[in-house]
Amino acid sequence: MPVAARPPETTDDPPVRRLYRSADGRMLGGVARGLAGHLGLPVVWVRLVFLALFVADGLGVLVYAVFWIVVPLGVGGRSAEPRSVFATAPDGRRRLRKPDKGQIVALVALAIGAAGFVTSVDLGGDANRYVWPTLLVGVGVVLVWRQVDNARRASWTEPGRRKRIFQLVRGLAGVALVGMGLTVFMVVRGSAAQLGTALTAAIAVLAGMALLAGPWLVRMSQDLSEERTMRIRAQERAEVAAHVHDSVLHTLTLIQRNADEPGEVRRLARAQERELRNWLYRPEGNGKDDDQEPETLAEAVKKNAAEVEDKHGVPLEVVVVGDCPLDEGLAAQMQAAREAMVNAAKYGGEGGAVQVYAEVEGRTVFVSVRDRGPGFDLDSVPADRMGVRESIIGRMRRNGGTARLRAVPGGGTEVELEMERADG
Amino acid sequence: MTEETTTGGAGRRVRVVLVDDHRMFRTGVQAEIGRTETTGVEVVGEAADVDQAVTVITATRPEVVLLDVHLPGGGGVEVLRRCASLMSAPENPVRFLALSVSDAAEDVIGVIRGGARGYVTKTITGADLVDSVFRVQDGDAVFSPRLAGFVLDAFASTDAPPVDEDLDRLTQREREVLRLIARGYAYKEIAKQLFISVKTVESHVSAVLRKLQLSNRHELTRWATARRLV
Repeated sequence: MPVAARPPETTDDPPVRRLYRSADGRMLGGVARGLAGHLGLPVVWVRLVFLALFVADGLGVLVYAVFWIVVPLGVGGRSAEPRSVFATAPDGRRRLRKPDKGQIVALVALAIGAAGFVTSVDLGGDANRYVWPTLLVGVGVVLVWRQVDNARRASWTEPGRRKRIFQLVRGLAGVALVGMGLTVFMVVRGSAAQLGTALTAAIAVLAGMALLAGPWLVRMSQDLSEERTMRIRAQERAEVAAHVHDSVLHTLTLIQRNADEPGEVRRLARAQERELRNWLYRPEGNGKDDDQEPETLAEAVKKNAAEVEDKHGVPLEVVVVGDCPLDEGLAAQMQAAREAMVNAAKYGGEGGAVQVYAEVEGRTVFVSVRDRGPGFDLDSVPADRMGVRESIIGRMRRNGGTARLRAVPGGGTEVELEMERADG
Repeated sequence: MTEETTTGGAGRRVRVVLVDDHRMFRTGVQAEIGRTETTGVEVVGEAADVDQAVTVITATRPEVVLLDVHLPGGGGVEVLRRCASLMSAPENPVRFLALSVSDAAEDVIGVIRGGARGYVTKTITGADLVDSVFRVQDGDAVFSPRLAGFVLDAFASTDAPPVDEDLDRLTQREREVLRLIARGYAYKEIAKQLFISVKTVESHVSAVLRKLQLSNRHELTRWATARRLV
C-alpha cells in the first residue's frame, strides 16, 4: 500500500507542497487528483491504484474515504496535466470540456471494477443480501459529502441560482439513497413487519433532535451571517479610513498651513475634491491609477483638465458625452484642447470656471473650451505670437481637423475643435 | 421675464424651504440667498431629514424647495415621492430644485425622474442659485451643464428602439439647446446664438425635462447605474 503509507510524511512538508484535494477536474472527492498533483504522478496511475485496492478487498474505498474526510479541499494539488473536466472560458464561465481519453478509460474501468466487485463478493450465506443496500447507502453518503465540498467552494466562487437548485436536488438525492439503502436493510433482515414501528421511532428521534438543536442551529447561522456582514463593513470602513487619512487629512493639513495664500488653498481644495470624487464614483472594476496613460477620449479630457486645473489654479468644469478609444488624430486634438485649456485658464480664468465640453457623435469628435474672460481677437494678436495659430489651429489642420476661435455673445472666448475618428 | 428674474428683488418674492442634513450648509445658503430685501428669497423653513422635510413642506407650503439628494430616511427621492400630491396641486404647486454635492449620474437622474424641476451642484454661486430659484418658481426647468451632459448621453447611447417616439427621442433643436447648456452657455446666450427668444429656449428645456421624467425607457435608470459618470 504505497499510497496509504505516503500521506503522513507529505503533510509535514513545507506549506508549498501541502496536500489538498483538488477542486478542479475531480471525479469524486478530488482525492486522486490531489494526490497525483502532490506526488507529481499522472492522475490515472493514482486512480488505478485506488481501483486495484478497491477490487482487491475493498480497502481502496476505506483509504479513499479517509483521505476525503481528512484532507481539506483546496486549489492546490493540481496534477501535472492542467486539464480539467471543465474548461474555463476567458469570461470566467466554466463549461464542459470534451472528456479526454484517460478519464473515459478511468470511468469505464471504475464501472467494470465495481460490477466485478459486487458480483464477486461472497460473504457467505445471508450476508450477500446486504451488498446492494450497502452500496446504495455508500453512494448516498458520497453524494452528500460532495455537497459539503461544494458548500465550501461556494465561498470561492459565487454559485448561480441554477447551480444552487442543482446542489439542493443532489443533496436530496443523496439523502433519499441513504434512506432507501437503510430501508432495504431492514426489509432484508426480515424486520419488515416492524418497519412501521421503527420508522415511527426514527421520526420521533429526529423530530426530538430537531426541536432541541433547531433553535441553536438557527441562532448559529444568524450569528455567522451577522459576523460576516460586520467583517465586510469593517473592511470597507478601513478602506475609507485609509483613503481619507492618506489624502483628505493630508490636504486639510496643507490648507491650514497655507491659510494665508488663497490661491494655493483653492488649488489644494479643488484637487482634493476631484480626487475624492474620482475615488467615490469610479466605475466598478476600474482600478486605474491617475498616472496611467489615458486610453479613451473621456479619460484624456479629464486628465488634461485636471492637470491644467492644478497648474493654473482655475476651476475647469468638464462635461463629456459619449466616449471612444484614442487614435492619432484624437491625440493631436487632445493636445490642441489642452493648449486651449491653458489659454483659457491663463487669460480668461478671472471670469469664473472654464467650461470644457467633449462629445463623440458618430464619427466626429467635438471639443469646446470656453472661458468668460475679457475676450480675445485673433487678428489683433501679433504675428510672432505662435501659440494659438500653431499649437491649436495649425495642429488641428495638419491632422485633418478644424479649429475655430470665436467671441461668445455673452463675453469670453470659445475654442471649437472638430476631428474625424480614424476607425469606425 | 428672465430679465426681471435675474435681477431678483424688484417686487418679486419667493418662499423657500431648505432641506439638507448639514446644518452648516443650510446656514451658508441662508446667509447667501436669504437676505430677502436684496434677493427676494424668503427662507420659511428648514429640515434635516425626510420626515422633517415632509412635515415642514406640508405646513409652510413654499413655492420652491431646495432639496438635497442624500438625506437620512430615504434621500431626496423619498421626499419627492411623499410630496407628489403637493407637486401636482392645481393651486400653488410646490416645486423642487435639487441641490447636491454629488454629481453622480444615478443621483442626478434619480431626483429628476422623481419630479424635481432641476438640478444644480453646491458649487453654484449665490446669484446663480437665486436666479435658478426664480426660474423654478416660474415652472421652468434648470439644467446645469453636467445635467445637460448626462441627458445627452442617456438619450444618445441606446440601441434599443424607442417605446414612445415622442418621449424617447430629443428633437434636433432640443439637442442643440442642451449641447449649448453643456458648453456653459446661459439661456440668454443660447437665445442669441440660435436666433430664438429666451422664452423658446425655456420651452425647449422644459420639454426635455418632461421627456426625462416621463420617458418609458427603463434604460435611463439602468444607464445611470451602469455609467456612474462623474
